[in-house]
Amino acid sequence: MSIVSKVVFKVGDDISTDIIYPGRFMATVLPSETLQYAFADNEVFNKKLNAKQVPPNSVIIGGKNFGCGSSREQAASTLKGHELIIVAKHFARIFLQNAINLGLKMIICPDIDASEGDDIEITDTEVINKTTGKRFAIQPLPKARQAIVDAGGLIPYAKQRMLAMHNK
Amino acid sequence: MGMTMVQKILARATGQASVKVDDVLEPRIDLAMSHENAAIVINQFQEIYKDTGIEAKVWDPSKITLIFDHRVPAETSKTATNQEKIRKFAAQQGILKFHDIRGDEGGICHQILPENGYVRPGYVVVGTDSHTTSHGALGAFSFGIGGTEMSAVWSLGHALNIEVPGTIKVTVEGEFPPHVYPKDLVLHLIGLLTAEGANFKVIEFHGPTIKKMSTSGRLVLCNMSVEAGATSGIVPPDEETLRYLKEEAGVTDKIEMMSPDPDAVYDREIKIDVSKLVPQVACPHTVDNVKPIDEVKGIKLNQIVVGSCTNGRLDDLEIVAGILKGKKVARNVRMIIFPASARIYRQALKKGYLEIFMEAGAVVMNPGCGSCLGVHQGALADGDVALATTNRNFKGRMGNPKGEVYLCSPETAAVSAITGVITDPRKGG
Repeated sequence: MSIVSKVVFKVGDDISTDIIYPGRFMATVLPSETLQYAFADNEVFNKKLNAKQVPPNSVIIGGKNFGCGSSREQAASTLKGHELIIVAKHFARIFLQNAINLGLKMIICPDIDASEGDDIEITDTEVINKTTGKRFAIQPLPKARQAIVDAGGLIPYAKQRMLAMHNK
Repeated sequence: MGMTMVQKILARATGQASVKVDDVLEPRIDLAMSHENAAIVINQFQEIYKDTGIEAKVWDPSKITLIFDHRVPAETSKTATNQEKIRKFAAQQGILKFHDIRGDEGGICHQILPENGYVRPGYVVVGTDSHTTSHGALGAFSFGIGGTEMSAVWSLGHALNIEVPGTIKVTVEGEFPPHVYPKDLVLHLIGLLTAEGANFKVIEFHGPTIKKMSTSGRLVLCNMSVEAGATSGIVPPDEETLRYLKEEAGVTDKIEMMSPDPDAVYDREIKIDVSKLVPQVACPHTVDNVKPIDEVKGIKLNQIVVGSCTNGRLDDLEIVAGILKGKKVARNVRMIIFPASARIYRQALKKGYLEIFMEAGAVVMNPGCGSCLGVHQGALADGDVALATTNRNFKGRMGNPKGEVYLCSPETAAVSAITGVITDPRKGG
């Protein structure tokens, strides 16, 4: 796998789910509707997303502990809806699991260094910043989660398991 | 090799003699909790059964609990419609541990679970709320998950693909000085660990100070463990756990006890002596931005919030009532108080606390999460500064990214309400 893309947004450490998807929009639950509230309190980036000026597979660069705080799944579903790729130094536990469960593309890249506008290539093992020429190793997802990724998300995985249980 | 509390619980929940860190397990679930975000869980649960011809039935309705607390009473028709969908689902599936918007049995999920005896030592508890870590206070392995993950639990009765977490052992010694509380201890600990310091790990609390601490205080510690990134906080159950479950939660059946092995292996060990601890305040916009009160006193406030799953219990309200009795909330601040449950609200009413609050000028709200998550019941104006006994101060948390939230103990909140600025409770209001 190799994806060639661009950094459209860069954030710092400890980006909470309140920043990704503010609590006041939590009554909105359908993934088709959570789309509009991605980074709702960042008017500039939110407007760009809603105006469809951000192409699929665009990259957000995060710092440490991306997605900390609330377990709200809308934080993952809204980013998935915009088909964004999140490359962060590391992720908070519940957000990481929600993202994998929903099939949001996320890359754990502990040393990542990139700025908005940089051209990025993501391979199976590394992130290449084509603008600076630097390469950064990707840390594999927690092994417990790989089976869910392989099944295409938690719902297909749970469906297989439910059917197996039912047919016993 | 000895096992920690959570390793022991997971070994039992998977029918194994022992487990070790990083093992991938599918533990059976003893209790699965959701609040209004059950609206997501229901959608995903139905997805699992879609096109299979199999009827969508939860694995065991007696092990599911549904509680309305995030937006009560509903602040919009959208929320009301979600709540109605959940209400119907509970009835259709036969889920009896359902707490609707009621003055007799409603409240915040993390108070409803302990006070009704739904959580027992050794249980594996999952909740679609990050503060599900709270229930480690009763010796359970209790952790937050997302809505989709919960839909699989509802279907299968197991959490799928859980890695056995490592454990940080925190030993607490010393007597709390006057005006210093478990909230100050946990803020200090989060400052020490940082917001990511316990990510993917459990914090296990030990030591003479914990032994002497009430379940209410232990709930504060476990509740906020997630603010250091922890999967869960946990206190090995003891006499106090039994007392709480029997006397306060009305449990009459046998309670099984459990403790970590003496030779359990921990990832890290931390010792804290609280005898020199001073009141702590978490400053905007991260919970680990913790400072001793001296460094922040005098900051002008616009709103004080007392309540939440962290500090809205009867002992918290008692402290606040003791400070506010016969005093007035400063004219330049709004003070909003949320008892954590309907039971606590009625207890506070009988003890006269609510009258004290209102005579002082505070507003007493119905039990619920209220302004903590910025949905309703106390949003901040642009430039407003709030001081709250709640658990998060992230940008935008109290409904406005142009506001600021500081976190503290109930006593610090109460003395600051009188002066209108952040005030050291050791020096009085």
